Amino acid sequence: MVNVGALERLKEEGMKSLFPSTTKIMVGMATCGLAAGAHEVWQLLTKEVAKSKTDAVLKKTGCIGLCQHEPLVDIIKPGYPRVTYDKVTPEKVGALLEGAAKGVFKKGIMARIDEEEFLLNGTHRRYSKGTLPSTLRSVVPYRRLPFYKKQMRIALRNCGSIDPENIAEYVAKGGYFSLAQVLREGKPEKVIDRIKASKLRGRGGAGFPTGVKWEVCCSAQGSERYLICNADEGDPGAYMDRSILEGDPHSIVEGMLVAAYAIGATRGYIYVRMEYPLAIERMNLALAQAGKEGLLGKDILGSGFDFEIEVCQGAGAFVCGEETALIQSIEGNWGEPRPRPPFPAVSGLWGKPTVINNVETYANVPVIVAKGARWFNGIGTSKSKGTKVFSLVGKVNNIGLVEVPMGISLKEIVFEIGGGIPQGRKFKAIQTGGPSGGCIPKDKMDLLVDFDQLTKAGSIMGSGGMIVMDDRTCMVDVAKYFLSFLEDESCGKCVPCRVGIRRMREIVEDITSGKGSEEDLDYLQHMAEAIKDGALCGLGKTAPNPVLTTLRYFREEYEAHINDKKCPAGVCKPLITYSIMQKKCTGCGACLKVCPQGAIEGKKKSPHQISVEKCIKCGACFEVCTFDAIIT
Amino acid sequence: MNSLTYEQVIDEIIKKNGSASLIVLLQEVQSHYRYLPEEAIVLLGKKLEVPLSKIFTLATFYRSFSLKPRGKNIIKVCLGTACHVKSGTNLFEKAQRDLSLSEEEMTTGDLTFTLEKVRCLGCCSLAPVVRINEDTYGSMTQEKLSKVLKCY
Repeated sequence: MVNVGALERLKEEGMKSLFPSTTKIMVGMATCGLAAGAHEVWQLLTKEVAKSKTDAVLKKTGCIGLCQHEPLVDIIKPGYPRVTYDKVTPEKVGALLEGAAKGVFKKGIMARIDEEEFLLNGTHRRYSKGTLPSTLRSVVPYRRLPFYKKQMRIALRNCGSIDPENIAEYVAKGGYFSLAQVLREGKPEKVIDRIKASKLRGRGGAGFPTGVKWEVCCSAQGSERYLICNADEGDPGAYMDRSILEGDPHSIVEGMLVAAYAIGATRGYIYVRMEYPLAIERMNLALAQAGKEGLLGKDILGSGFDFEIEVCQGAGAFVCGEETALIQSIEGNWGEPRPRPPFPAVSGLWGKPTVINNVETYANVPVIVAKGARWFNGIGTSKSKGTKVFSLVGKVNNIGLVEVPMGISLKEIVFEIGGGIPQGRKFKAIQTGGPSGGCIPKDKMDLLVDFDQLTKAGSIMGSGGMIVMDDRTCMVDVAKYFLSFLEDESCGKCVPCRVGIRRMREIVEDITSGKGSEEDLDYLQHMAEAIKDGALCGLGKTAPNPVLTTLRYFREEYEAHINDKKCPAGVCKPLITYSIMQKKCTGCGACLKVCPQGAIEGKKKSPHQISVEKCIKCGACFEVCTFDAIIT
Repeated sequence: MNSLTYEQVIDEIIKKNGSASLIVLLQEVQSHYRYLPEEAIVLLGKKLEVPLSKIFTLATFYRSFSLKPRGKNIIKVCLGTACHVKSGTNLFEKAQRDLSLSEEEMTTGDLTFTLEKVRCLGCCSLAPVVRINEDTYGSMTQEKLSKVLKCY
């Protein structure tokens, strides 16, 4: 028997909270919002709302994806669509509240949402029933913004729409009903079959079929089984897991509960990296709430199924994102990977069969249960089903989190969703897959993004970081960056990784300092192949990828550093000198003010000059010049 | 708090965290002292009957642990890929210059600041990013950083 009484009650409460009868103000309070100043806006709003004696309610929400426009404040006034103000500062709060009170919406609205989607049960609910007020007609709906037009939000379904600190809102959006469904069916093997049929592949990087992993674990010998959520999102440039942890933590709890029921686990761990304090806080709160409502612990929803989840905080080691190292870390040891097999599904935490999946993978699970495997595998390409969340960052106009169906082209992501390159600069490459991935050049932009196509191009899907690079990004410097990252993060257990990566970094560093030779390139290639073959774990095996792809696609940049002793992008400090283009300089004095060395001279309103002897190449002048007058 | 002896602190941590892993216990010690004092970890090893070599391995393997005293304010300059391509390294060097720190010594003499590099705070949309204690600052410039540092 499964008792959904608690869920029905929470659903009712959640609907009232999602669609209150009074004005609701929502502030995007994920880490990105906070970094842009959401906290100050929140504090002022709290004060002003209390002072105004209206019955408006103030709520937190997660990140809706367009982080570049944070702080975002949404106003939901009964009878009106939901509107989003972007780049809200404390100075704008007064006008915003006044507009909300009178129903007259002023400038500063980025977009509107006419209806809220309930993905899990396939329904929509309109915010306003009547005709659109004239002041809002010119405001674009979210769905028509270039950034959102091609997106399909499955894993991010609730981020930026619900209060992550309120379990009732998650339930109102259909949450925990997938759990109730599988408990009611009472057939764990059917859950595994469904996930297998959906063809969901792990979103953490390797893309292993999730259902197969569950099946292997389920049929492994052992009385106890464990479940782990890998939230050690270490790839620099990827932050979708943080966004889900902070914006929709219950989706992970529910995904884990379904998985635990399927494999027969009684205990689960969420391993979150320490760099994500807010994610840890929200996750702990979600676990406490779920426990209180009988969704965790003993006899969940009266079904007889028991499951506990604990948050484990990482201690700062990139290699702990590798599953065997992560297990070591939960056990209290240093995170050294071990050879596989045996795979964790057979022998994992404390030597027991263990399933480890990534945050985004779990977030997909409740949707697959609710909408069916066929629905899910109808999305995507032949071997990569569903959607993938990418963090589109770097030198691109629209920066943020995007969730798109597999099989979309890189071009669509960068130039349509991303809106192209800022300041009219030229696109050079897109880096995918973090330190294990590679850089894909301009002529490969028609590539359709899925697990296999990216691998074919020499990169990988990885956890979904996409860093756009323009003509001011040096590809040799990027290769050096990843090598020094991996040199720092290598656990030191195997020689190819520990010594090999260091040696490669030294060679590339020589090249960026103008001390390289033509033979270095062959040597790099040779070393890269050796490390690929010889390293013990994924970190080492994939470490040469950034070098191999930059060598393959941008060899001429390496050659310019070696032969001409020049860095064409103007990045590698030993090879550049800053100077001021006399024609472009207006003599505004901004550079002169920030120069820490007093190396810049010039009279107001006449072109300035940089003294090469005094310049330490800190780049401060370059940063402040708005006339593009400083060149390298 | 500081008047407690090492023994009292360690006993309390062991009592409170019972069966937790050694990493959790070290995290507790570090959050009390802001670093891992030698006396404290030696004592922890004795009480738990864990060889000091194991504790030392953990303390040096994981980036979050420090065997040297750290400053009251921890500045983390993000050097994730997005921050790197947006000149995060220049911010790091700026903080180093402003606080007169060297590669060998990343804590100011008066223990006010410790400067650290961090590989991605997951806030790439607002790159380059700097975090000071709990506060995250997006779209940083060298000029802004100097101003922010004066507030701590």
